[in-house]
Amino acid sequence: MSDYKNFTMNFGPQHPAAHGVLRLILEMDGEVIRSADPHIGLLHRATEKLAESKPYNQNIGYMDRLDYVSMMCNEHAYVLAIEDIMKLDIPERSKYIRVMFDEITRILNHLLWLGAHALDIGAMSVFLYAFREREDLMDCYEAVSGTRMHATYYRPGGVSKDLPNVMPKYMLNKNQNLDQVEKLNYNREGSLLDFIESFIDRFPKNVDEYENLLTDNRIWKQRTVGIGVVSPERAVDLGFTGPMLRGSGIEWDLRKKQPYEIYKDLEFDIPVGTEGDSYDRYLVRMQEMRESARIIKQCCNWLKTDNGEYISSNYKIAPPDRDDMKESMESLIHHFKLFSEGYCLPVGETYACVEAPKGEFGIYLISDGANKPYRLKIRAPGFPHLASLDEMAKGHMLSDVVTIIGTQDIVFGEIDR
Amino acid sequence: MDIIFYIINTVISILTVVIPLFLIVAYVTYSERKIIGFMQSRMGPTRVGPSGLLQPIADVLKLVSKEIIIPTNASKGIFLTAPMLMLVPSLLVWAVIPLSELFIISNINAGLLFILALTSLSVYGVILAGWASNSKYAFLGSMRSAAQIIAYEIAMGFALVGVLMLSGSLNLQVIIQEQSGSIFNWYWLPLFPLFLIYFIAGVAETNRAPFDVSEGESEIVAGFHVEYSGMAFAMFFLAEYMNLILISILSSILFFGGWLSPFQGTFLDIYFAFVPGFVWLSLKTMIFIFVFLWLRATLPRYRYDQIMRLGWKVFLPITFFWLTVIGILIYLKYLPL
Repeated sequence: MSDYKNFTMNFGPQHPAAHGVLRLILEMDGEVIRSADPHIGLLHRATEKLAESKPYNQNIGYMDRLDYVSMMCNEHAYVLAIEDIMKLDIPERSKYIRVMFDEITRILNHLLWLGAHALDIGAMSVFLYAFREREDLMDCYEAVSGTRMHATYYRPGGVSKDLPNVMPKYMLNKNQNLDQVEKLNYNREGSLLDFIESFIDRFPKNVDEYENLLTDNRIWKQRTVGIGVVSPERAVDLGFTGPMLRGSGIEWDLRKKQPYEIYKDLEFDIPVGTEGDSYDRYLVRMQEMRESARIIKQCCNWLKTDNGEYISSNYKIAPPDRDDMKESMESLIHHFKLFSEGYCLPVGETYACVEAPKGEFGIYLISDGANKPYRLKIRAPGFPHLASLDEMAKGHMLSDVVTIIGTQDIVFGEIDR
Repeated sequence: MDIIFYIINTVISILTVVIPLFLIVAYVTYSERKIIGFMQSRMGPTRVGPSGLLQPIADVLKLVSKEIIIPTNASKGIFLTAPMLMLVPSLLVWAVIPLSELFIISNINAGLLFILALTSLSVYGVILAGWASNSKYAFLGSMRSAAQIIAYEIAMGFALVGVLMLSGSLNLQVIIQEQSGSIFNWYWLPLFPLFLIYFIAGVAETNRAPFDVSEGESEIVAGFHVEYSGMAFAMFFLAEYMNLILISILSSILFFGGWLSPFQGTFLDIYFAFVPGFVWLSLKTMIFIFVFLWLRATLPRYRYDQIMRLGWKVFLPITFFWLTVIGILIYLKYLPL
């Protein structure tokens, strides 16, 4: 009889809780998980190989599509790697813009994580509330880059455009009358920075709202406390980064430990957990959203007083002014060379990493002096997290696997690359 | 001649219950989508008909016109019987529900027992559906459901014993009449813990959030009915919503005076005397249906072993305790028998 005790179950890739295309082979004893074997590769798009055949600038767009819920953070690591090899200094303003959008991205990511995690555990409404706030942040993306998700906004040397002075507004349509449209536009009268400020002012209250639904909810606690416990030592051994590591009580944040851009000038705290269970990771991420709001607020204040350059004026790597191109031969040539051949990097290699919402997102870049990478290796934070799924899920029940997938905040764009 | 007249009379009264019931089920789904929509700051259905009012009709048409897919290795007979086993008991129960002072299809003495018997029967539909589908997900769903029903059926039964002790009858009409007097004569006051347990067990019995483990969307996809499509699925769907209405209407009958006016015994009674009992019953029922929807929009899902713990370790002891209290109160003549 004991030979027939366990049965295997195929979980995904088409499963509501598979977060994309996760395929798990679960070996179960009744409802209890004996082993969980994640199968990956269903979203493999060969980004690393593709990057070897494209000029440096044209690879930025691929970075957005890696972790497709924290788009600009991926770009950030990539442009940092290029700037590192070139030893390029970028204008102060662009640093602030990048940090501000990194934090907007963090909120975007954590909101999606919160919604999906809550939905996995069965709390429907949080998902829709989180998406309501995401909509405004998407509008910020759209205002600076023209797209809501895959922005390609960061460029080596700065960012592609300055912050706009007007926000796009809702127009009168057949579904909404004038009053409703005006209500929607109430914080869109000023510049993008005004819009972000008004968002940041109300956002902590929104986080309170989500916490109100979940934090002290008995069912939520029963479902998350003690689920997927990772000890601090194991978390380090397994290569955890980001909230997964901080949830286990290790205060490690690249923004503090290896500050890039202007993080060392900003005031913020790193929340850490104590138990290392799903509930702690939930609390850490909720607190991170508040801290991000604080950082954005500081960036907003700085950017409002500043009128500097938003991108380096080295025309070998940054496009010249459009107006100059009509007058100046050099500008036209620079423009043509930049968008056709691109630029060559000096021979060298580097590893650049940022604290992406999910953890340490790193780019290892080798340049052989050509106009495209010789090798580009992506260090995706989700990969080691997923690799520990078996260890985290062992002995728990089927419903807890869903909680653990949720708490790991897995996105397959970056894991499968 | 009499017998024919009797049969025609019965058929008509059955139809007057069943046909509106199907319509009500359709519009409970609509109101569910609208109410939860507003709770989640979205619109709900708006496209089919004025403010989406024809949406349930469109849903029915879609389900009717879809193919019933039978999985290759499914046990065909059981696979098709299971949805009927779900639907038929939840329809039959309505025979003994007193909808007003006068209207009740069959005023039998063991009404409450009849209801308990039939509602427990519907779990066979769930178990057989999961078993016959020959799918691991469906199988897990039906296993969960079986365990859950046992845990909750018992607590629910004991909660109803309190009602029996106070009313001294299994006849639902008598139970309602025993509660007349004023709003404080209704059984919710002496039986408040039992009422809460009955309602929560009712939510669990209908497999709705936060106890929807047997179809847990994010864990076992759709649980026991994952392989069902078309009308076969629609029958599960109908049964679920009919049970939802049933639990709501039973809560209002057993603990909130059924068709009795809430103004009974106050000076307002004469002003509301024209309101038929049926209206009061429907109002009370609607409040409970709203609570069902509210729960669904707010709460996360329990894990299946936690549900069992709640059923066996919390609800059952509370019912035992409160039944003892009620018994002592009756013995000491603080409560009427």
